[in-house]
Amino acid sequence: MSTIALAFSDGMTIARRNLIKIKRVPDLLVFTLLSPIMFVLLFAYVFGSSIAIPGVSYREFLMAGIFVQTAVFGATWTGLGLAEDIQKGIIDRFRSLPMARSAVLIGRTTSDVVNNVISLVVMSVTGLLVGWRVHTSLPEALAGFALLLLFAYALSWMMAVIGLWIRSPEVFNNASFMVIFPLTFIANTFVPSNNLPGPLKVIAEWNPVSAITQAARDLFGNTHPELPAPDAWPLQHPVLASLAWTAIILLIFVPFAINRYRKAVSR
Amino acid sequence: MAPAILAEGLVKRYGSIVALDGLDLEVAEGTVMALLGPNGAGKTTAVRVFTTLLPPDGGKATVAGLDVVADARALRREIGVSGQYAAVDEYLTGFENLDMVGRLYHLGARRSRERARELLESFDLVEAGDRPVKGYSGGMRRRLDLAGALVGSGKVLFLDEPTTGLDPRARFGLWDVVEDLVRGGTTLLLTTQYMEEAERLADRIAVIDHGKVIALGTADELKDQVGGERVELVLADANDLETARSALLPIAVGEIQTDRGSRRITVPVTGGSAVLVDALGRLSELSVKVQDVGLRRPTLDDVFLALTGHEAEVEEEGK
Repeated sequence: MSTIALAFSDGMTIARRNLIKIKRVPDLLVFTLLSPIMFVLLFAYVFGSSIAIPGVSYREFLMAGIFVQTAVFGATWTGLGLAEDIQKGIIDRFRSLPMARSAVLIGRTTSDVVNNVISLVVMSVTGLLVGWRVHTSLPEALAGFALLLLFAYALSWMMAVIGLWIRSPEVFNNASFMVIFPLTFIANTFVPSNNLPGPLKVIAEWNPVSAITQAARDLFGNTHPELPAPDAWPLQHPVLASLAWTAIILLIFVPFAINRYRKAVSR
Repeated sequence: MAPAILAEGLVKRYGSIVALDGLDLEVAEGTVMALLGPNGAGKTTAVRVFTTLLPPDGGKATVAGLDVVADARALRREIGVSGQYAAVDEYLTGFENLDMVGRLYHLGARRSRERARELLESFDLVEAGDRPVKGYSGGMRRRLDLAGALVGSGKVLFLDEPTTGLDPRARFGLWDVVEDLVRGGTTLLLTTQYMEEAERLADRIAVIDHGKVIALGTADELKDQVGGERVELVLADANDLETARSALLPIAVGEIQTDRGSRRITVPVTGGSAVLVDALGRLSELSVKVQDVGLRRPTLDDVFLALTGHEAEVEEEGK
């Protein structure tokens, strides 16, 4: 078997193992899904009552942002899962087996795609219930979801590096918040970036989260002529910018994560 | 025949700490070698280097003729490893754990399932096999972990402190399993802090301290190296221990050990039962009351003490 085929088949063995955990500990999935539902409801009704967006209802505007936020949160499961595996010593076992070096990471990021698909479905339904609608064609909407999943997949590799580096699930939880909150809040996720003060506005416009949020809004048709995309290049070409960001993140963090995995030993 | 495990001048450092300080070791095919040593002696580090988890900083090591650095991938096909902590997935069932390991050894789906069932059978886990590991006892987890090490039918097995933390019953059970295994001709390297374990399971014992082998041989050879016998006395009153020590000094051929808690005094001697009578005479002259008395060959504990200058710490499992 070629190295790539081997990495893939070993990766699927690991992914299967990770997915069995979802089956055995259903509470985990329930709480993973409850938090995005909670976010949709909190933002839609708390912020929605006082934030006015030109041309579209706040709930229409909000959903793309919440989708991206969930994708970012979902990626932390990758790092958390790896930190747990290291702590329990199971990575030692994997590393002593004649399996592909990248398999544990491929397996983990793949099983997290399944998690993300489930989250997106549940959130879409919640969104539809509070008044979010897709105004474009089915292919465009599907492209929007595909873009979200791709971005989440790339972020999984970034969180994998953090998880392998930190090694402790408890510390990882806190560390990941330090990354997640600025990433999802200094952006156009919950409010239009136009009104942000100078430097924050620039950061928000070039934040990959903003590009992907704008792309999702475009592809779901949650935009309006009265709410033009900011002039910054990534927001004028959000789909292209999202794909570029995804590629950059993968190119940096896939080799980085594999390298960290090779050195990861439990303590 | 080439040795199954070979280490020449193996060095491993963690920052300024030297975990392996020029370790030399040779294990012949089909034999059992025990690495015996206190915490921090370098046993686990040695196993991690042999199993390709850690690259050595110096020296050379081969397993089944394959270099731990250059041939790491091929080497992993030839070995089975069971670490200090049972590396099993607690959300999977016992069967799923073994099946997964089989697939990762690339046995194929059918053979992996068969092998998993075979091993559950031989490790007395058939009944628990389809339950998640979360509900297993410590002993069951260890057995499953050990079974995981055997999935690939590797030629060389590494067991790092296989019975640490187990209750005596589970420990004896695991010893039986390991004995059956080595009867089948597998080469085994095991690390342990327990003299009894090394004595029972190993053909040869390497005593390790500060990252080096400081003595090597069969249990009997090591005991002969220390030599003589031990007179062991339990006194009625712990306050007599010092009196007894001075009284017995003339007959001792090595350092006398006393332990207040058990009121025990151990004297290395030569000369057999005559010395025992002499010792009792000296004590009764001073009216020191003796509760229990015996003459015995040195144990591996005595060997360890004589070689390292400190006792093998069995109490706590710090890292």
